[in-house]
Amino acid sequence: MGRRTLRGQVAVVGIGETTYYRHGQAPDPEFKLALKAILAAAEDAGIDPTEIDGFASYSNDRNDPSRLAAALGTKQLRFSNMQWGGGGGGGAAAVGNAAAAIATGMADCVVVFRALAQGQFARFGQGPQVPTISGDLAMQAPYGLMSPGQRYAMKVIRFMHEHGVEQEALRAIALASYHHAQSNPRAVMNGRPLDEETYDASRWIVEPFHLFDCCMENDGAAALIVVSAERAKDMPHKPSYLLSAAGGSDYRCGAPSHNHPNYASSNFATVAPNLYEMAGLKPSDVDVVQSYENFTGGVMMSLVEHGFFPPEAANDFLKPENLLSRTGQLPLNTSGGNLAECYMHGLELQIEAVRQLRGTSTAQAPDVNVSMVTAGPMVTPVSSLIFGSEATL
Amino acid sequence: MSKYHLPEGMPIPVPENDDLSKPYWEGLRQSKLMVQKCQGCGTYVWGPEWICHQCRSFDLAWEEVAGKGRIYSWERVWHPVHPALKDHGPYIVVLVELPGAQNIRMIGNLLGNPEQEIPIGAEVEVAFEHHNDADPAYSLAHWRLV
Repeated sequence: MGRRTLRGQVAVVGIGETTYYRHGQAPDPEFKLALKAILAAAEDAGIDPTEIDGFASYSNDRNDPSRLAAALGTKQLRFSNMQWGGGGGGGAAAVGNAAAAIATGMADCVVVFRALAQGQFARFGQGPQVPTISGDLAMQAPYGLMSPGQRYAMKVIRFMHEHGVEQEALRAIALASYHHAQSNPRAVMNGRPLDEETYDASRWIVEPFHLFDCCMENDGAAALIVVSAERAKDMPHKPSYLLSAAGGSDYRCGAPSHNHPNYASSNFATVAPNLYEMAGLKPSDVDVVQSYENFTGGVMMSLVEHGFFPPEAANDFLKPENLLSRTGQLPLNTSGGNLAECYMHGLELQIEAVRQLRGTSTAQAPDVNVSMVTAGPMVTPVSSLIFGSEATL
Repeated sequence: MSKYHLPEGMPIPVPENDDLSKPYWEGLRQSKLMVQKCQGCGTYVWGPEWICHQCRSFDLAWEEVAGKGRIYSWERVWHPVHPALKDHGPYIVVLVELPGAQNIRMIGNLLGNPEQEIPIGAEVEVAFEHHNDADPAYSLAHWRLV
């Protein structure tokens, strides 16, 4: 067996999204949203949706591939894949899983998808309303530690304490996302700009997160079509080649009751080196980054762990002007992302990474050849990926 | 004003159906902090698990540890996500490491003024809170600055 790698073997050739809605506002049920996004991605790729022979998703998506395949009338189902783990940590891994299936001949045309209708189902940001609770949650919920924000705030506080990171560094991440959303008509927060004063005056959700440090909760669906690099050459859009995908977490990351040894972390300590190794790239090669924002503190640690700056430089690096698309040193979350475009569990970030390579972003960065996505900081497993243009192959 | 640190009506902790954590919850009822210690290599294992992550021994015993710790991290919660906490106001969650038990970490509330400054590294001691009239009755382990 030669060198085992996904580098350059597959490409994203189609992207599709529904309209993005505030949570509980979607006019369609979740399954119909998933179907619409998949059909949109197939149309964008110029393929007949019946050619899709694989489905990959994450975070216990409720829309079962067998039902999707039956509903769409696909000719055959060859790959039916779920990345374990909650939050958005599986967003890049799901693309990697699709790529692995194609590269090894298990499938030819895989759709990566995620759909959410939180009016139809439960919201994420609420505590469990049950009389009794057991397992690891029993060590936390009776003390009022229940929601994702509460689960991760202590990691960020510890990191800020260890490295002297100021609140303004988190603020810069929120400001960049909201800035980019103002040129994006798809963004739920389009027309709702954010300035420093509004951020500073906003209420605390849980320290160190103000309201604007937290992702939205939304309804909608998104999908990407992945095929072999060979086949991608004949598709209508410029292919986004997968240069690398990596998922997982470091030593005993899942230790119960907040006992992960490397606690003050976004959990990319081992994942990021694996990512760069497969891609044969280094942080300075990356032209634009979409970094999953469940909370801004997670983005800050993700960028550190992907090597864009050392923790001690966070206050200097994380200034809004460094993160803006047209002029910044590291254009970040150029669609508005989970904070201001839509919380589609980060799949909208993968789509934006593809747009950056196609040159069709509403906040296009200059000369993009290497486009990175990091998914789901602070959960386990996390994942990240790098797309590249043909020139990077 | 509730006689407890947080209002009544929060989820009641109970052991899993495999009883893995049962000795911990029973210990709290008697104002004891019980954790697992590997009888093979002496590693403290927390939270509860069936195997020692250091030496793969299944021989884990429950031992009482001193309720003395240091604040490793903290958060102050302002936005309630449970109906029982609506209108309660802010409260502090702390992650406490136990130097007497290889720095395993435990979660609890920090007692006292909810708007106090919270110094990382400060010494704390355990404060048991017994919910004797709950069904089932249970106890929690909070922390207060020494």
